[in-house]
Amino acid sequence: MTLPAWIVSLPLLAAVFTFVFPRIRIWAGIFTAIITPLMVVFLGREILAHGAIQMQVGGWQTPLGIQLYADGLSVAMLGITAIVIGCITFYARCYFTGDVSSRYFWPLWMFLWSALNALFLSGDIFNLYVTLELLGLSAVALVALSQTADALSAAMRYLLVSLTGSLSYLMGVALLYAANGTLSIKLLATTGAASPSIATAFALMAAGLIMKSALFPMHFWLPPAHANAPAPVSAVLSALVVKASFYILMRLWLVIFEPFINPSTAQLMGVLGAGAIIWGSVQALVAERLKLLVAYSTVAQIGYLFLIFPLSSITQSNHTAWQGGFYFVLSHACAKSAVFLAAGSVIYSFGHDRIKELHGIVRRMPVSMFAFALASVSLIGLPPSGGFIAKWLYLNAALTGGHWWWCVLIIIGSLLATAYVFRFFSRAFSYSPEVVEERPVPWIMEWTALGLALCALILGFIAPAVTTLLDAGNPF
Amino acid sequence: MTFDNWLPLLILLTSLLPGIVIFVLPEERVRWRTTLNMGGAILKLGLIGIMIWGVRHEHVYDFRMPILPNIELVLNADAMSVMMTALSGVLWFLTTLYAIAYLETSPQSRSRFFGFFSLCVSSTVGIALAGNLITFIMFYEMLTLTTYPLVVFRGTPESMRAGRIYIAYTFGGGAAFLIGVAWLKALVGSVAFTEGGMLAPYVGAYATQLRFIFFLMISGLGVKAALVPLHGWLPKAMVAPAPVSALLHAVAVVKAGAFGIVRVVYDVYGIEFSGELGLLQPLTAAAAFTIIYGSVRALFQDELKKRLAFSTVSQVSYIALGVGILGPIATIGGIVHLVNQGLMKITLFFCAGNFAETLGVHHISHMNGIGRRMPWTMAAFTLGSLGMIGVPPMAGFISKWYLGTGGLTAGKPWVIAILVASSLLNAAYFLPIIYRAWFREPAGSWSARPSIGALETHWMLLFPPLITALLALLAGLLADAPFSPLEWARLITAREYRP
Repeated sequence: MTLPAWIVSLPLLAAVFTFVFPRIRIWAGIFTAIITPLMVVFLGREILAHGAIQMQVGGWQTPLGIQLYADGLSVAMLGITAIVIGCITFYARCYFTGDVSSRYFWPLWMFLWSALNALFLSGDIFNLYVTLELLGLSAVALVALSQTADALSAAMRYLLVSLTGSLSYLMGVALLYAANGTLSIKLLATTGAASPSIATAFALMAAGLIMKSALFPMHFWLPPAHANAPAPVSAVLSALVVKASFYILMRLWLVIFEPFINPSTAQLMGVLGAGAIIWGSVQALVAERLKLLVAYSTVAQIGYLFLIFPLSSITQSNHTAWQGGFYFVLSHACAKSAVFLAAGSVIYSFGHDRIKELHGIVRRMPVSMFAFALASVSLIGLPPSGGFIAKWLYLNAALTGGHWWWCVLIIIGSLLATAYVFRFFSRAFSYSPEVVEERPVPWIMEWTALGLALCALILGFIAPAVTTLLDAGNPF
Repeated sequence: MTFDNWLPLLILLTSLLPGIVIFVLPEERVRWRTTLNMGGAILKLGLIGIMIWGVRHEHVYDFRMPILPNIELVLNADAMSVMMTALSGVLWFLTTLYAIAYLETSPQSRSRFFGFFSLCVSSTVGIALAGNLITFIMFYEMLTLTTYPLVVFRGTPESMRAGRIYIAYTFGGGAAFLIGVAWLKALVGSVAFTEGGMLAPYVGAYATQLRFIFFLMISGLGVKAALVPLHGWLPKAMVAPAPVSALLHAVAVVKAGAFGIVRVVYDVYGIEFSGELGLLQPLTAAAAFTIIYGSVRALFQDELKKRLAFSTVSQVSYIALGVGILGPIATIGGIVHLVNQGLMKITLFFCAGNFAETLGVHHISHMNGIGRRMPWTMAAFTLGSLGMIGVPPMAGFISKWYLGTGGLTAGKPWVIAILVASSLLNAAYFLPIIYRAWFREPAGSWSARPSIGALETHWMLLFPPLITALLALLAGLLADAPFSPLEWARLITAREYRP
């Protein structure tokens, strides 16, 4: 079973290939964008049939070799990555037209994909560090592709945050290794014991990962980076990159730390999540640029992810909360990338994204705006959409345990999301007879955004299948 | 899966699929768009016909699809859902016809209009056919979303403002409703609609919580049903184009709220159980207040559509009133009013649209002598308003008769007082319009009579109100005939009160 290794290596090979032979870069990229999802599908079938699989790369055993591990959760993350990156690849082909940025975009893009896949498949905490670092570096480089002064300073800040976060994580890894003599997540789960060093390790790792996933109040770096990056990059940053560090935190929490950590830690994370929801939404409500609005919406939505900690600590609804949290990850990935792509098409067409000046664009780019609207349905959490399923699971988890205050928070968050989305739409739908200069948007750009938005919608109907996949191999 | 399983879904898809295709159609493909719209509407009517026959013979139509572990998307047909579906099917057909003519000269995108229009009707049908609260919520929220682009269709600052208010009210209500449903689900585990209600066994353990949930759900639904003080959006939303207002007031949004209230009271809580919990008095009180308040406000509006909007506020609460009075006769009155109000109000809005579109008349004070210029439209308007007042043999009389008798039988004579007061107020705001239109000298530049043989306006604008006015008349005249709304309301009631 070498499929996991191929899922990591194919984009990596493509990265090398696109760099060495730039003339065929686009075709290499598209080839990868078609083949990788297929491999993920096969891996998913394998896991649904036989449960989690482990693989030693090159045959080296645990302490020395690289261990790959795949269960239902990894496959779900790989799958959503394949869908999102696959779609954006087609978008990017039209977005970057023949200049320098296109030349560097493709190798970095493929590299980023490879890093993400490796991250979701890693079975030990040091490899996770390596992939996290690779991911951070390629993401920073992609932000800098915008080449504007704003983008460069945002990229610089992003780089510093990313390095600090990884370093903090690495110190935690060192502590765990010193205490337990192993790096494998599986082995750590069985050998770990409550001790000051494990608590410190958790604190360091959690701090690093929280910083990288931009949880309030460590979100300061996210809005400029996501709003100033080129649209395909913004989409993937919001949809996947911030989720990657959240994913690591989840894994560690689930397997290693949950029994040792003071329950109030979970509540604290929930409170920070609440702060993110309120603060992010309010900032989105006053943002003057469309992409900034969307970036602040990401800040808010990350808050929802962290509600998973307090909700899963309610005994009766533990499982529901986990499913809800990861359903959030999946549907937000589709919805947010669709929204960013649509916003990117607006910029592509009009050269700016100042909300006040976007009168009546529903008429000018109906497909993109439809995609934006459809994805917003999921972001707000209205049915039928993946976002609704996630919120429903959360509400269910909270109410079953009688923790109604989280429900109030979730509903307030939804109403705020409605407000910021419709603030934009009440511009977009208004009528203005004036003629604005616009550059025609290639149809692929509009329809890939719609495709992703439809994925978010479809997630609202296939929850039984998805939750079965998430449960495969018992990650929770 | 047999045809009986697929039928509810098919009825939904006859408007959903054309809607989706219309979005993709280029603007200038008028004929394609019309064919799709009308084809879907006619097909839907046919399928609804089959369903009406089947439900009467106790056929079970039931489509299920799991959307979450132990939660299903359920579309099924009981007597009540068939009534709503049939109403929306008929009115959709007529309104589409009307809208095609109405928007002929619109500068805005008609693909967008008809696309959302079809989605809006699909949501209404979904609401009607929903077999549990989750499915109901899905379509209920979809309705909010798909009507927003219709309300703001003109894109003027005024309609954008109306759109914002609409969104604020309806999503606020939707959130309250959602919490109620989620809470109920967490509490009792089942949210399926059951004839006769399903919560009675839980009274011992959860009486207080159930009361609170009821309050949440009804206030959520009350926003769309425009119960005072949650009605603020409705008079503002009348800036929408006439066909939209017509559908909004007759069958889509406002009715969705009223229908939801009926569902919650009868098929979730059960009418007797709601009575035991003491939930009905507040509901009837709110409804009674709304009836009077809406009528009083309507008196002072000079803009025709605004007066009609306040009249809707008042009339829709008849449904809530009938629902809230314990006893089969009042139930019949409330349920039959779902249909009757729809037929009468859509007639009035069609007519208002005709006056505005053909003559540019928006205000009642400009309507002097309009009956001479547009006799057919004004005749339909007259029938509709007489029905609203409750003059026999119009449909409105049937509703009021049953409501009044029901109130008396239930030992609530004050219902009669409310009905009388409301009817007087209705007369006070409708009769002056009728008087002006027929008996005052025309004042506008349009005062000339139409030439003999020529229609007073486009035939697609003229026929829909004539047909609905006729239907409203027939619903009253032939109230005892089989398949009349009244007879169907009796069937529903018999099944709700089935021991």
